[in-house]
Amino acid sequence: MTTLKSKGISLENLKLNFEEVHDGLNAQEAMEESNRCLYCYDAPCIKACPTGIDIPKFIKKIASGNLKGSATTIMSANPVGASCARVCPTEELCEGACVLNHSTEPIVIGDLQRFATDWAIKNEQILFKPGEKNGRKVAVVGGGPAGLSAARELARFGYEVTIFEAAEEAGGLDTYGIVSFRLPQDISRWEVDQVEKLDVEIRTNTRVGTDVTFDELAEQYDSIVLTIGMGNVPMLGIEGENLEGVHDAIEFVKRTKSGAITKELLGKNVVVVGAGNTAIDAATCAARKGAADVKIVYRRTAKEMTAYEFEYDFAKQDDVEFNWLTQPIEIIGDNTGKVTQLKCVKMDLGEADEDGRRRPVPVENSEFNIEVDAVIKAIGQSRYTDLIEGFGLDHEGGVVKVDPETLQTSNPNVYAAGDVIFAKGQGEAMVVTAAQQGKEIAMAIHKQLDPTPTAII
Amino acid sequence: MADLSLNLAGIKSPNPFWLASAPPTNSGYQVQRAFEAGWGGAVWKTLGEPILNVSSRFAAVGFNGQNVAGFNNIELITDRPLEVNLKEIYETKKKFPNHAIIASLMVEPTQEKWHEIVKKVEDVGVDGLELNFGCPHGMAERGMGSASGQVPELVEKQTAWVKEVAETPVIVKLTPNITDITFTAEAAVKGGADAVSMINTINSLAGVDIDTWDTIPNVAGKGAHGGYCGPAVKPIALNMVAECARHPRINVPISGMGGVSSWREAVEFMLMGATGVQVCTAAMHHGFSIVEDMKDGLNNYLDEKGINSVMDLVGQSVEKYSDWGNLDLNHQIVAKINNDVCINCNKCHIACEDTSHQCIDMLKDEQGNDILKVREEDCVGCNLCSIVCPVDGAIDMVEYANGKPPMTWNERQAAIGAVSSCDVDLIK
Repeated sequence: MTTLKSKGISLENLKLNFEEVHDGLNAQEAMEESNRCLYCYDAPCIKACPTGIDIPKFIKKIASGNLKGSATTIMSANPVGASCARVCPTEELCEGACVLNHSTEPIVIGDLQRFATDWAIKNEQILFKPGEKNGRKVAVVGGGPAGLSAARELARFGYEVTIFEAAEEAGGLDTYGIVSFRLPQDISRWEVDQVEKLDVEIRTNTRVGTDVTFDELAEQYDSIVLTIGMGNVPMLGIEGENLEGVHDAIEFVKRTKSGAITKELLGKNVVVVGAGNTAIDAATCAARKGAADVKIVYRRTAKEMTAYEFEYDFAKQDDVEFNWLTQPIEIIGDNTGKVTQLKCVKMDLGEADEDGRRRPVPVENSEFNIEVDAVIKAIGQSRYTDLIEGFGLDHEGGVVKVDPETLQTSNPNVYAAGDVIFAKGQGEAMVVTAAQQGKEIAMAIHKQLDPTPTAII
Repeated sequence: MADLSLNLAGIKSPNPFWLASAPPTNSGYQVQRAFEAGWGGAVWKTLGEPILNVSSRFAAVGFNGQNVAGFNNIELITDRPLEVNLKEIYETKKKFPNHAIIASLMVEPTQEKWHEIVKKVEDVGVDGLELNFGCPHGMAERGMGSASGQVPELVEKQTAWVKEVAETPVIVKLTPNITDITFTAEAAVKGGADAVSMINTINSLAGVDIDTWDTIPNVAGKGAHGGYCGPAVKPIALNMVAECARHPRINVPISGMGGVSSWREAVEFMLMGATGVQVCTAAMHHGFSIVEDMKDGLNNYLDEKGINSVMDLVGQSVEKYSDWGNLDLNHQIVAKINNDVCINCNKCHIACEDTSHQCIDMLKDEQGNDILKVREEDCVGCNLCSIVCPVDGAIDMVEYANGKPPMTWNERQAAIGAVSSCDVDLIK
């Protein structure tokens, strides 16, 4: 099999390159690792988990051979716990807080969480039951992690929940946005299925504002949960963005998760603009689609980039080249309208701007051209401002304003969570945070609509 | 280089590590491999009338992912003809004249049977005899093994029969399946035993398969009790050795065994009165090569302590072992938590809070860091916190000077007795 350099990337069977890269623990490894957990009291890993999974408890259950109990412990606290086992930046969360960092090696909590949830997936477990119907209805707009989490909890409380999902399948970023080799679609599908099994109706291919109006939702449902996430990558604002071969990173990754892996990048030169999580995903996807050369250009330095350290390492292993302090200023095409070059300028870091990062400033006379066959834009995501305004909600630049306690918007019957309320400078936009917010919304709605406490089944 | 050579009641071996009578000493091939690996002696798998064994014989008890914390077997004594064993003993002894070969023996409790087998094995040149009054399974149902070992009179009588003809030292191997092992040990001494060895295995059922509900192990769906040994039995064995060692009328050497897995346990057994140790489970778990570290570790230990001969260890801790009534009631220790070493798992807190004396507080220091602190006035010095602590050096048990003079329970009771029988009313 022809492989590229040291990458181990197949050029003949591109599909192979998109299979999950990390094998996970085998039963023996899981047993040894779970027995190594100290079973701390008041464990710091629990506090470090945004969803507060009782980590020592689920690990002890792996050690005792109670895998159903273990998966239930995980999924009970985090309705997308199987995805989070794979995509959470665990070094910065649970594993970073493990007390064994101070003596030996932290427990590989993410891998153990994956072991338990993989067991549940493989054994087709249904872990929860819907609550006794209380006659109230909630519409969830957007079936990503935040929406699924809210829906799951509400269904357990006894609400009749309908999820409105614009895409073909629910799951949001877990289904379409996180690269397959880190998060296979089946995992996200199982989580969606767990929610559906609680009698939650998921109306896919249904765009709120187009296929169903805001007023209809407001009339038919007691509460509305807005978990629409963010949109595609915004325009760079430079010449040549409409040329053939210029891609949106979100769309680019999504295509690798829907349908066959296409061969158009085989042997080509690709530049990814930006150095966040999505930029890394796009760059590694390009490499795995067989591109001969993949460069990331970023106007700041490694220090300021928002990608995680493990993502940076992963991209380097896929031979992605990082070009710091480099700003694209023009995309150049040939006379057929195809992209051929990316014109860039070198940058310097100046004073810190409002989010504390040093502002890049162009270096005079430093322009240069990079030969490219494709340019992938990954400089953040746009906001669904029209939709938010359609609901008549207060927002700031497309970020819905909410009460930080209840996640209630300016309309008391509408709650919002996930990326749609994620503003700059608020830390990390993580799947696990969205999941937690979904739970909080469910609790807040339950408090608002049904103040008598209900036991969770 | 310390002198590791051993002399147990006249049986000499180059080091104190013997293989116990068990599957590892079943044949000449195995014993010769063991001697090549460095074992000092071997007690040949028990000789007697060849028996029939069952298939599926061993089971282990694991703990927290570790394979062999305890070990259980239902195998009987040798299943090979006596002549074959005798021939192999002869050959092995010839090849390894400086290593100890002890013949373990088990026959029906008659004088004639004992005389007959003793003569046969001494003829092929064994260095000593070990009378198996310990095996708890199978043979005991036929009146041998522990069935003999549980009756002091039978122990004494059979030992005496052996001594009538034996020319080599006689070790009596005792069963722990008895309320007080010193009774049978004393009976062996009365019968003329030159040494005792202990412990044989403990009656056990290793487990039940929670899916099939069969016993572990099982033979075609049926189980029977076996004999338990391995690391988990060490405390039981060590106590029995110590009780015999401090007993005034059990004044013969003791060969110690039960959970010896490394040189460390060997040192413990010898300090508590054993003259050398016997090993089985550790060898079955890892092979004969483990003896290399046993010897090396023991030698380094002795060198470090400035002890010339391993024999000098024997019994050094015996006088420190006594009855509860002789312990000082006024001695006090308390836990001290070293927060610079502590990793804040809080296991000590919850262990104390839920199951002991509620004296470890979870607090914040001046910088707001989590710390744990012992309220010394409430600490009873139970050790639990330091036992559950996963980090070396995070919890010390330190002496708490309370200014009270030593006073044991026995002294206290004697003093109360003296006061109450006093003619003068002291209270007035």
